[in-house]
Amino acid sequence: MEGMAGQKSSLAWAVNISAFLLVLLWTIPTLGLFVSSFRDRDQISTSGWWQSFSGSEQTGFVRSGVAGDQIQQDGLYVIEGSAVQGTQALKAWGTGARNPAEYQPGDTADLGDGISLTVAEDGAYRLTSAQPFEITRGERIFTTTVSPPSFTTENYNRVLTAGGLGRAFMNTMTVTIPATVIPILIAAFAAYALAWMQFPGRALLTACVVGLLVVPLQVALIPLLRLHNELGIGKGYLGIWLAHTGFGLPLAVYLLRNYMVGLPREVIESARVDGATEFQIFRRIILPLSFPALASFAIFQFLWVWNDLLVATVFLGNTREQLVMTGLLRELMGSRGGEWEILATSAFISIAVPLLVFFAMQKYLVRGLLAGSVKGG
Amino acid sequence: MELLWLAVSTIAIGVFGCVAWFWGSNWLLDRIFPPRGGKAGDNIRRANQIRPWLFLGPAILFLGTYLVYPVLDSFWRSLFNANGTRFVGADNYVWLVNDAKFRESMVNNMMWLLVVPALSTVFGLIAAQLTDRLKWGNIGKSLIFMPMAISFVGAGVIWKFIYEYRASGETQIGLLNWIVTQLGGEPQIWLTLPVWNNLLLMIVLVWIQTGFAMVILSAALRGIPEETIEAAILDGASPLQVFFKIKVPQIMGTIAVVWTTITIVVLKVFDIVFVMTNGQWGTQVLANLMYDWMFRGTPDYGRGSAIAIVLMILVTPIMVWNIYNARKEVR
Repeated sequence: MEGMAGQKSSLAWAVNISAFLLVLLWTIPTLGLFVSSFRDRDQISTSGWWQSFSGSEQTGFVRSGVAGDQIQQDGLYVIEGSAVQGTQALKAWGTGARNPAEYQPGDTADLGDGISLTVAEDGAYRLTSAQPFEITRGERIFTTTVSPPSFTTENYNRVLTAGGLGRAFMNTMTVTIPATVIPILIAAFAAYALAWMQFPGRALLTACVVGLLVVPLQVALIPLLRLHNELGIGKGYLGIWLAHTGFGLPLAVYLLRNYMVGLPREVIESARVDGATEFQIFRRIILPLSFPALASFAIFQFLWVWNDLLVATVFLGNTREQLVMTGLLRELMGSRGGEWEILATSAFISIAVPLLVFFAMQKYLVRGLLAGSVKGG
Repeated sequence: MELLWLAVSTIAIGVFGCVAWFWGSNWLLDRIFPPRGGKAGDNIRRANQIRPWLFLGPAILFLGTYLVYPVLDSFWRSLFNANGTRFVGADNYVWLVNDAKFRESMVNNMMWLLVVPALSTVFGLIAAQLTDRLKWGNIGKSLIFMPMAISFVGAGVIWKFIYEYRASGETQIGLLNWIVTQLGGEPQIWLTLPVWNNLLLMIVLVWIQTGFAMVILSAALRGIPEETIEAAILDGASPLQVFFKIKVPQIMGTIAVVWTTITIVVLKVFDIVFVMTNGQWGTQVLANLMYDWMFRGTPDYGRGSAIAIVLMILVTPIMVWNIYNARKEVR
């Protein structure tokens, strides 16, 4: 009995640990971006974000003062200053590029000709000589310093106040909200007809909707672009709203139909017997009862439109004024691939809204996924 | 600010327009065939024949214009030359078959098709099983599910940062190269490394899709009747045996659904390749190849459409299978 209990708890441990590792593996990429968005450019380019919590080590050199800076002290000529900046702590120092960490803080180095150099632990250096200094270029002091962990919101300030991200944010909003709301309405009516009205061709239409679910968007790009041009819609918001409405409809109709079919028959039939018109039944009974399915689809469509790059690139155009956030990110990746601080911050702002929606409405998202997939099988 | 007004007024117009159409057309129908008076019965019957089409009208119009018509038009256009002025028959398809980039894309797409659904489903299944009975299981699930909400472009940035390369000897700021150098290896420019770069791009999609697989499979696992599991445990089955011999066979149907759903996503994969390598270094895929022909340099609508039709043909088996299943369920 004891053996079994022991086995059980070791199994529980194994499950806990492997689950934790899996979750960690899935979280780390996003965490990396998040942490990086709070680091300045130097920090990002000199150390990995995972090292940012322990302080980063840098090597470099400073030049001491020149002859003009010298003062006389106790019969010695002295040049003083600091070899480190701000909050950095000195770890080691040296006088030549060959061995930049030759000395410990507090050591004194003999530079020859009676000149000696001391660098204290706080980074203050002291260059002394019995003869007056005549140097016009300072001595090089190589330092190895450790910066304490530091984070900054400067990137966010920069990105939000300039660089077109605000504009892109507004553009994305402008695209997303109508493209989420309008298909819901159209789909709700269609789904009600497919679920609760009798007419010839109903089964065929339902099958068509299921089939259209998987049509690749790519097929639609050229024909629709030409159609929009011929209709005079051209590239613009109206075009992209219409396109997203069309592309989102199959899923919307499918999800809502599946949900509405499951609503209690008695309620609808008794309303019909009471003389309610179909429109009244739809508005008073079906819509309120279908709220969970409506919410599920709304989240899907919101995430999909917000995150879309292809449709926006094709139907909205690529000028600075028209870019949505995904488009802007893409441009940043191409033109400023090296500026990780801008890229990381912009990326994080662009994924913040969907993440917020995701965590707030996860319940409905899961429900929608289940209705859309498990039933389909 | 103007934009916001535009958006708000569009919503208002759109919503108002929809409601006006549905309400107005129904009202009109009731005026033409009043459900009272001498011919009430006849009128109600007629009105009920027409009404479904009023409800369905806008949806059919949109589906027809934005999905059905484009498929037909793309096919028609794929039989024409670059600017659609000359009928060339199957020339575009013949050209495709002989084009090195197209063949590369096909091979890559097939690799994506094998790797991504398989890995996502396996990881999803593992995640579903592991987090099932844990106290913090729901939080864990949320975190694994989270990448689902991140755009492919955002994911591209996230992973490009992980694959970032710095010359040997410099501090590696990309996690992957850092791990490699810590283990004593040489840092690599991962995204230009043939074949490996494909795998690294696939990992991005696996990362996104695993959460989806997990959510669906986790629900399926919970739906398994307890008795079957209890019986197996009483018979002395080990936890692994219970999982592989009792649980997995019972959710095969759901696994198939997850697999095909991810397959569809994979076939259409575009953004990840577009932003991370743009199809260079042997990572081209069909959707990006098509974008190239359509929108880069001088557009070639004939060839672009032909590639789109190839994509359409590739999803058709799944489409048929889905319809078959849906109809089976309706009956």
